[in-house]
Amino acid sequence: MTEIKKILLMGNPNVGKSAVFSRLTGARVIISNYPGTTVEFMQGYMKIADTRPAVIDVPGTYSLQPTSRAEEVAVKMLEQGDVVVNIVDATNLERNLYLTLQLLQRHIPMVVALNMWDDTKHKGIGIDLKQLEEILGVPVVPTCGLTGEGIKQLIERIPQACSPKKAPCSAEKCWEEIGVIIQQVQKLSHRHHTLLERLEDLTIKPFWGHLFAALVVFISFWIIRFVGEGLINIVFDPFFENLWLPLMNRLSAFLGSAGLIHHILIGGLVKGEIDFGISFGLLTTGLYVPLGMVLPYIFSFYLVLGLWEDFGYLPRFAVLMDNLMHHIGLHGYATIPMILGLGCNVPGALATRLLEERREKFIAATLMAIAVPCMAQIAMIVGLVGARGGQYLGIVFGTLFLVLVIKGLILNKFLRGRSPEILVEIPRYRFPQALAVFKKLTMRVLTFLKEALPYVLLGILFVNLLHALKIIDFLSRIFSPILQNIWGLPREAISALIVGFLRKDVAIGMLGPLNLATKQLVIGSIILAIYFPCVATFVVLLKELGLKDMLKSALLMVLTAIIVGGLLNLLLQF
Amino acid sequence: MVVDLTKMKTGESGVVARLEGGRGFLARLQNLGIRPGKKITKVSGHFWRGPVTVQVGGTNAAIGFGMASRVMVEIEER
Repeated sequence: MTEIKKILLMGNPNVGKSAVFSRLTGARVIISNYPGTTVEFMQGYMKIADTRPAVIDVPGTYSLQPTSRAEEVAVKMLEQGDVVVNIVDATNLERNLYLTLQLLQRHIPMVVALNMWDDTKHKGIGIDLKQLEEILGVPVVPTCGLTGEGIKQLIERIPQACSPKKAPCSAEKCWEEIGVIIQQVQKLSHRHHTLLERLEDLTIKPFWGHLFAALVVFISFWIIRFVGEGLINIVFDPFFENLWLPLMNRLSAFLGSAGLIHHILIGGLVKGEIDFGISFGLLTTGLYVPLGMVLPYIFSFYLVLGLWEDFGYLPRFAVLMDNLMHHIGLHGYATIPMILGLGCNVPGALATRLLEERREKFIAATLMAIAVPCMAQIAMIVGLVGARGGQYLGIVFGTLFLVLVIKGLILNKFLRGRSPEILVEIPRYRFPQALAVFKKLTMRVLTFLKEALPYVLLGILFVNLLHALKIIDFLSRIFSPILQNIWGLPREAISALIVGFLRKDVAIGMLGPLNLATKQLVIGSIILAIYFPCVATFVVLLKELGLKDMLKSALLMVLTAIIVGGLLNLLLQF
Repeated sequence: MVVDLTKMKTGESGVVARLEGGRGFLARLQNLGIRPGKKITKVSGHFWRGPVTVQVGGTNAAIGFGMASRVMVEIEER
């Protein structure tokens, strides 16, 4: 057999491909309990004897006739593989075997991993491994990606991958064949419904489902706030006040309390003192914004999201929202990109691949970019606007929600075509495992630090330079008609809009030093959320939507910002 | 008696009789294990022509109202 260079992990959605991938390669990937977690292929390397073949985690697909963009990606990958490891949900053998048969017809050496093997026991499912192996003609290995059981055996058997001659069959013939296989290898024994299964059924029923959903949203909100605020009060504020501030004071004195370097590192002094929120130096505000204000909420948000993801709740929530989402031209599953977008718009934008049609993707991406602020932005708004009173937070987020709904209604009415209906598999509930939740959380927090910190620092450096070069002055004069006359903001707010292209959290932070009235602060925050996505999101959207749709979408964003900002300026009275 | 999925009662089971639609529709439902001859149980329906959720084999799935009305199921007389 020739050397294996590329191994593809393929299987139906939500069978645990990413978990196996992570076990094989040691690579860190996001693993969740809902179909469509992986929408882009991931590559890692594993070790077999002394070779290091690449392993590719391919997005889930039910068959080799793709029905969505994520599935298209999967089918295209197939041509590049030397070996396919077909990951099969052992508790759902019959349905999974369809892809297995289709893969066998492609004559690529293959191994089958019967994943979620541990679940078969308490589900009363018995599978005759030997016989299945004989019938399929390829190695079959029971595995459990989450615990790592069977992974060693899987690695040992990858070199034995083979491709028995399998003639193509029509869909009906294939299903007939599968029926025969199942009769030979699978035995079901009766067992009672578990409590978790009862909850599965209950939380998808109209009345109890919505009640449970409301409870989930309420509890999530409460935990995110409690943990976020707690971290700020107990860890981050004391750190910055008691440890970092004295250090910065010394540095400030050392630099002579003024001058260009002082201005860049420490920033401006407020009444002779450093103010982490207002000074805007790299080492003061530049660290305080991402670490002291945003990080605690990133942590708490992803903790809660990770728990619900692993539990398997997201698709159920999506189904319950289906009705409402149809009014804004989307189906229920579009809530998943929106929810991910609340953490960061980048994964949210990527997740629009779960949606089947161009119209839907356009609506979902545009609505998310306009009206779903990311957690970094939310944390800053909570910090800045919340300080003026909780009711103003209500106005900011209430307005954004209203914009989402109205914009959705308008787009749905005026865009040609109709959005498709929901058709989605609902996963079983699983109790989240502490270690898995912790791993995912660490990964997401690290990603935030890696992606956010450089941009935050760059943004602050950039705006300090623009100030020094008087470019901000120049731009603020050009844009003052919009800023002053329509939005009622001081023209200096242009600097926040400029930085907003880089990082929205810093942009909101830049409203701090402007001494805005509460009404201006509210309007400024809303405009910064709406007017344009940050550069990271923009790049992904451009790739996902294409140039033409992205331009349309961007135009809508700018127009919405102008109109909504103007209306608020007229309507708000405080 | 053959009815479509939307007209089944919550908790009721039957056997899929036929799927009324094009190849794409058939393929997508088959992907989820919904095909003629399979036992299907309706788990819930949602008001205002909301999605229908079903259990087929080991799979739970949500099907939009329009699609659900094209899944014909043989049920016992009631």
